Amino acid sequence: MADEEDIVLSELNDEELVQQMHDDLYDGLADEVVEGTEILLSRGWTPYDTLTKALVEGMRIVGIDFRDGILFVPEVLMAANSMKSGMGILRPLLVETGAPKMGKIVIGTVKGDIHDIGKNLVGMMMEGAGFEVVDLGINIDVDKYLAALEEHEPDILGMSALLTTTMPYMKVVIDTMKEKGIRNDYIVLVGGAPLNEAFAENVGADAYCRDAAVAVEIAKEWMSRRQGSALAAT
Amino acid sequence: MDVATTGLSTGCDLDQGRAGIMRPLLIIACGALAREVGWVIKANGIDGVDLTCLPAELHNYPDRITPEMADKIDANTDKYERIVALYADCGTGGTLDAMLATKNVERIGGPHCYAFYSGEDAFEMMHEDELGTLYLTDYLVRFFDRLIIKGLGIDRHPELRDAYFGNYKRLMYLAQTEDNSLVEKAKDAAATLGLEYAYRFTGYGGLGDFIVEQAKKGHEDADGNNRLLA
Repeated sequence: MADEEDIVLSELNDEELVQQMHDDLYDGLADEVVEGTEILLSRGWTPYDTLTKALVEGMRIVGIDFRDGILFVPEVLMAANSMKSGMGILRPLLVETGAPKMGKIVIGTVKGDIHDIGKNLVGMMMEGAGFEVVDLGINIDVDKYLAALEEHEPDILGMSALLTTTMPYMKVVIDTMKEKGIRNDYIVLVGGAPLNEAFAENVGADAYCRDAAVAVEIAKEWMSRRQGSALAAT
Repeated sequence: MDVATTGLSTGCDLDQGRAGIMRPLLIIACGALAREVGWVIKANGIDGVDLTCLPAELHNYPDRITPEMADKIDANTDKYERIVALYADCGTGGTLDAMLATKNVERIGGPHCYAFYSGEDAFEMMHEDELGTLYLTDYLVRFFDRLIIKGLGIDRHPELRDAYFGNYKRLMYLAQTEDNSLVEKAKDAAATLGLEYAYRFTGYGGLGDFIVEQAKKGHEDADGNNRLLA
């Protein structure tokens, strides 16, 4: 069996190269993922195909193994950093060439909480799945959330919290949205280590997302439901 | 005194109860508290209390705390008159309390051990003063390399340090004991993470009060004397 050093990415055919990029992404090898991305583009692949077939699919595999307890947070972060490096090349090209748009999401970590690893993963995976992502950052209070909803007019609001002490703030935001009569204008997704489905239901969110990959699937599902209702209403 | 303070890495199991002979009180604690529990029991002359722990490593895996605590309770229910949980919510998002309620097991109050060591109001003030604070207890200072550096993969991938701690500004050592070697280790930890260093002595705080209170509760003999306190 050849060592990884023996593999010359440019000598692989497309199928082998994509497979190798999945492996490199899994192993958190950012330089190799960047090289693979550049090779696919140089072979005429569209930025969208490169993103979805090489990078997003690679992260999907990482997400499955994380969920199954085969990979842990450090490995997922290394894989995410690799994907981020590839995305750095693709992002401007995607803007130029256009790519299917799934919808727009505003995300942020709630007031009192400075943790953003999960939120950043969700943002990256959402972007990879074709969502326009407006990331508000950390320690976001209700006024900032509401101002962002008004300014950016997203389809989805995503809130994240790592702490048991900060997660109740999600209810403050959702209750304020209800008071203002705008709750049903948005899909509200929540996530974070201490959360669960019962909590999401109690605070009035539409869904709890246990990890970034699940967040993307749920966001797509809710977007298609929403589009279905919009079509049904016409 | 029947207290196990060994085996901190995998939990400190010393289930003294035997079928047919109910012992008075079992404390199920986080492994990170085992040493401190031992000191409180010794200092207060408490007898007849057993301690068993869940692995301290669950600090990094809060989703495992509730099911592992439930298993531990179930394994000891028929051996003890009472079982209490010396565990904060610790990021279980309320699932720990919900499970404990179904098993009628009381737990120490508070969202995390930092709060019951320093007091919830004092902790809240500290936290509001600087949101970006990483808190370390004696245990976390002692095992900083294993739990934080290795546990979070920073030894293998140093570039992850800023992914984890980039939003933090300071490291606050909440000290249970006055130990200069731990102070030096805490300062080193702050330097390793690129954070300002701060120190506050808390002693055992609410942890000590909780254990003594539990030893006093309902353990009177026929003459009304407490069986657990000397």
